[in-house]
Amino acid sequence: MEQKTVIDIHDVNFRYDRESVLEHINLSVPEGAFVGLVGPNGSGKSTLLKIILGLLKPKEGDVVLFGTPQQKFKDWDRIGFVSQKANSFNTGFPATVHEVVMGGLAKKMGLFHRPGQKEKEAVEKAVKAVGMELFLKRNIGDLSGGQQQRVFIARAIVSNPSILILDEPTVGVDRQNVESFYHMLTHLNKELGMTLLLVTHDIGTITDKVTHVACLNKYLHFHGSMKQFIQLDEQELSHLYGHGIRLLDHHHDH
Amino acid sequence: MIEAILKYEFLQNAFLSGAVIGIIAPLLGAFIVVRRLSLIADALSHVTLSGIAAGLYLGQTVPTMATINPLYFGMLFSVGGSLLIERLRSVYKHYQELAIPIMMSGGIGIGVIFISLADGFNTDLFSYLFGSVSAVSRGDFYAVIAIGITVLVTVFLLYKELFVLSFDEEYAKASGIPAKAVHLAFIILTALVISVSMRIVGVLLVSALMTLPVAAAMRVAKGFKQTIWLSILFGETAVLIGLISAFYLNLAPGGTIVVTSIVLLFAVILWKKDRN
Repeated sequence: MEQKTVIDIHDVNFRYDRESVLEHINLSVPEGAFVGLVGPNGSGKSTLLKIILGLLKPKEGDVVLFGTPQQKFKDWDRIGFVSQKANSFNTGFPATVHEVVMGGLAKKMGLFHRPGQKEKEAVEKAVKAVGMELFLKRNIGDLSGGQQQRVFIARAIVSNPSILILDEPTVGVDRQNVESFYHMLTHLNKELGMTLLLVTHDIGTITDKVTHVACLNKYLHFHGSMKQFIQLDEQELSHLYGHGIRLLDHHHDH
Repeated sequence: MIEAILKYEFLQNAFLSGAVIGIIAPLLGAFIVVRRLSLIADALSHVTLSGIAAGLYLGQTVPTMATINPLYFGMLFSVGGSLLIERLRSVYKHYQELAIPIMMSGGIGIGVIFISLADGFNTDLFSYLFGSVSAVSRGDFYAVIAIGITVLVTVFLLYKELFVLSFDEEYAKASGIPAKAVHLAFIILTALVISVSMRIVGVLLVSALMTLPVAAAMRVAKGFKQTIWLSILFGETAVLIGLISAFYLNLAPGGTIVVTSIVLLFAVILWKKDRN
């Protein structure tokens, strides 16, 4: 039986002017998977995300979303996105968690429509899914960085998307809260069946959480399930890791 | 007081207009403050002044213009000014605040030219600068009512878009909300509210009525809706106390309203400090 895929990327190339950023990328995200997209800074991760979200057009290749070619794809509310910048909002803003998460439904409700009971329940469900139900009436500025990030995830999932894409979500979250943050993501993935695509430069923290790994650095160096990843032989792994680790130290030259 | 209001039409005009302004100015003010646009209100009020000065001058020199309420010229200039501010903000992308001094000085400059052409200050102009209890006409009152209804309906219908835009502009754009159009509608409403509010509080102090009640509300409110309700409560209180004391003490209401707002603000700050 063939597994359904949420995102399919076929042989995508991308260049900024003459500088090649992505070459021959083939990537698929199966439904229900938790995919970690790993790569050092400047490896093209954000560019690939922008291509998936339709914010950039690939120079060559195709992107297929939910079986529909991206050019014809309309159901953008099936894709939830938490950007890296989510924690750069004005922290003094006097809004409660409930109000912030309700903002995630603004587009779906459409102009001039006001939220009713259905929307209220959706907000409560989303806030519960990220474990923030005790903070519904609290001002967002009074929460810690990790709690705020959970609230932004609730805002992204409140419209009930099929896939949630997260760009470096743990930047600005303190160490001890990172673990419980990933625990919450695993809950979303396993209990609610939400497909996750997580972008990070830190492979160490996600190896025991994700179901699939993709290692990106201009080329896709590895793409497969976690099982396959840990079965890689010593040499392949050190090649992959050695590459990654050296680049993680930020000493790579362009 | 009630007796006097029932008896004199000019008091009815002032108090009813004040009551409406006490709601709509802080209501829009809540969005203005959280978006860090407080100074735009100031710039627009100065542009409104130039419009009113132009209206007064034209009324003096062109007989057919004499019947037109100068407030309408103020509104016209204010809306035009708001659109110009938006243009300037996109011209100076990295120095958006530059739009404020440009518009402010431009507004005063043009205003002063018309004032000198109209042969200097008169009591009429004084009432536009600092507000008035006695100079609010029936026509002014109708304008306030019309703008008041427009503001309430628009904010009611566009509340969630305005909220998302204020909270996180990037997200609003990314999620497909027509951010530009919503912002434009908002800035035009602001221009209109400023031009009608100045009849009561005056050009120089109108922005205070949009920001001070919100500053007080933000100290104690939980959430944005509560911030709005408290802002309206503080704004309305300041307008009514300010108008009553202006009437009895024969003062310009702009001063009494703003001083009341400041007293309320400090009371809230001290109360909050005491509770912590």
